[in-house]
Amino acid sequence: MSPIMLELFFRSFWETVVMTVASGAISLVAGLPLGLALVATAKGGIAENRAINLALGAIVNGFRSVPFIILLVALIPVTRFIVGTSIGMWAAIVPLAIAATPYYARIAEVSLREVDRGLIEAVRAMGGNRWTIIREVLVPEALPSLVAGFTVTLITLIGASAMAGAIGAGGLGDLAIRYGYQRFETAVMVAVVAVLIVLVCVIQWAGDRLVARLDHKG
Amino acid sequence: MSSQTLAGRPADTDSVRDAVVRLTDVRRHFGETPAIDGVTLTVRKGEILGLIGRSGAGKSTLIRCLNGLERPDSGSIEIEGREITGLSEQALQPLRRRIGMIFQHFNLLSAKTVEENVALPLKIEGWSKEKRLARAAELLDLVGLAGKAKSYPAALSGGQKQRVGIARALAAGPALLLSDEATSALDPETTAAILDLLKDINAKLGLTILLITHEMEVIRTIADRVAVIDAGQIVEEGPVWSVFADPQTATTQNLLAGIRPGLPPAVAARLVPGPGGSDAGETILGVDLSGPEAGTLLSGLSAEVAGRLRLIHGGIDDIQGQPVARFFVGVPSSAGAAAQAIAYLERRGAKVEVFGHVADHA
Repeated sequence: MSPIMLELFFRSFWETVVMTVASGAISLVAGLPLGLALVATAKGGIAENRAINLALGAIVNGFRSVPFIILLVALIPVTRFIVGTSIGMWAAIVPLAIAATPYYARIAEVSLREVDRGLIEAVRAMGGNRWTIIREVLVPEALPSLVAGFTVTLITLIGASAMAGAIGAGGLGDLAIRYGYQRFETAVMVAVVAVLIVLVCVIQWAGDRLVARLDHKG
Repeated sequence: MSSQTLAGRPADTDSVRDAVVRLTDVRRHFGETPAIDGVTLTVRKGEILGLIGRSGAGKSTLIRCLNGLERPDSGSIEIEGREITGLSEQALQPLRRRIGMIFQHFNLLSAKTVEENVALPLKIEGWSKEKRLARAAELLDLVGLAGKAKSYPAALSGGQKQRVGIARALAAGPALLLSDEATSALDPETTAAILDLLKDINAKLGLTILLITHEMEVIRTIADRVAVIDAGQIVEEGPVWSVFADPQTATTQNLLAGIRPGLPPAVAARLVPGPGGSDAGETILGVDLSGPEAGTLLSGLSAEVAGRLRLIHGGIDDIQGQPVARFFVGVPSSAGAAAQAIAYLERRGAKVEVFGHVADHA
């Protein structure tokens, strides 16, 4: 690989990491409350509300059913409004985050729903309110599972960020398509795939380590 | 502390002063089926009241009505003289801090250490970390788990987990402890230890305890009074020894079947109805008597039939310090001996049941 190619490679790697981490962070901050809201408003939840639950469910399903490449284009006006431009790495973070938020919300919902109802009952019985239940029961008890789900989300985002090349965001996926595939530079393709494999493995390993440390269920 | 409740079955529990809990005609339906069907019940200050019933009898629903986890459809629930049925969820929260609860599956938070679990009710009350951990240490000492403060619940045995549950329930200094099948998931030895602990706490702190169970053995070990619930209704209520000595309903008799002597099947199989008449035959009697008289009943009966008495099964049990006699005997069928024995037993105040006779007892 030429020095220019190498520089392009490192830049692409950095772009992938930034896009993944930034959109992942946003999806965590927005998706967890959304997941909590889905669980709380569900039947038998701590703030049961059928109308809100159905509305949230419909919004989540709506976003999740649109293919990401379509969402990327459809959200251009929104992206332009938020970032000021519709091309480049920062512009890609908006649709990535918007796609990952409902995705993580569903994963978080499943994790939170798995929390033993007896624990919620116990904290209600000791005089805890809804906020206490969220803070002391739902989130801490589901934490290992929430972290495992976030790991999955991050890895999914690495894959999705490849498509962000379509709006000039760069990243490893874009590099692989333009150089490795369209210009038949097999070495670039192999290098990109190898780096992506390592990246995914590292994230998964770190996630698993964290889960093991957080899990006290024995 | 329970001596005043031993005097006999109270005619009217509503007239009792110092009620911690007073339920009046409480009803709760799930769809068409009544889970609680008009329950009136009082829990007195300082007592251990056992509520027993089969699964689905309504006991879990009833106990959850007391801290507002379930809401009755109608009826009145007073906790320490305060009506709670109309209260909002927010208004119930401070009240729940006056009521501790322990559970069959312990319901400890797996992500918190033992001391954090015990301190949680105090955190909810807004205690500082230092104060609540000090209080948690005190309580862990009380339940015999002083060395386990920093452990996670997963590292504890079932009995230890329930001890943590008890410490947590006591943390906020409740006026009432609700126990929801607290020993049902434990082995017999651990059950005995946990019941001892509850009894100890009841004596030391004067804490009122309402426990629900499906095991008569639990009631027998720990309770002062028992209420039997069936199909959402209280079918029998009274001091434990009195209900054990003389169960009035089929429900209670069935619940007692495992721990009360019954006629051995081998004898029952050879039974012929009627008192019989032949010299070799034996009339089979079932005898129930409780109170101080019970101890001398068998020797008196033996003298009455000139020593020709055969004890088949049973004897004397001690329940809450009351001798409760229940035994099955064979007396000679001949020459009016059986009639004489029955007359003697009835004179002594015993309840006698004539099962029939067997031709001979070989």
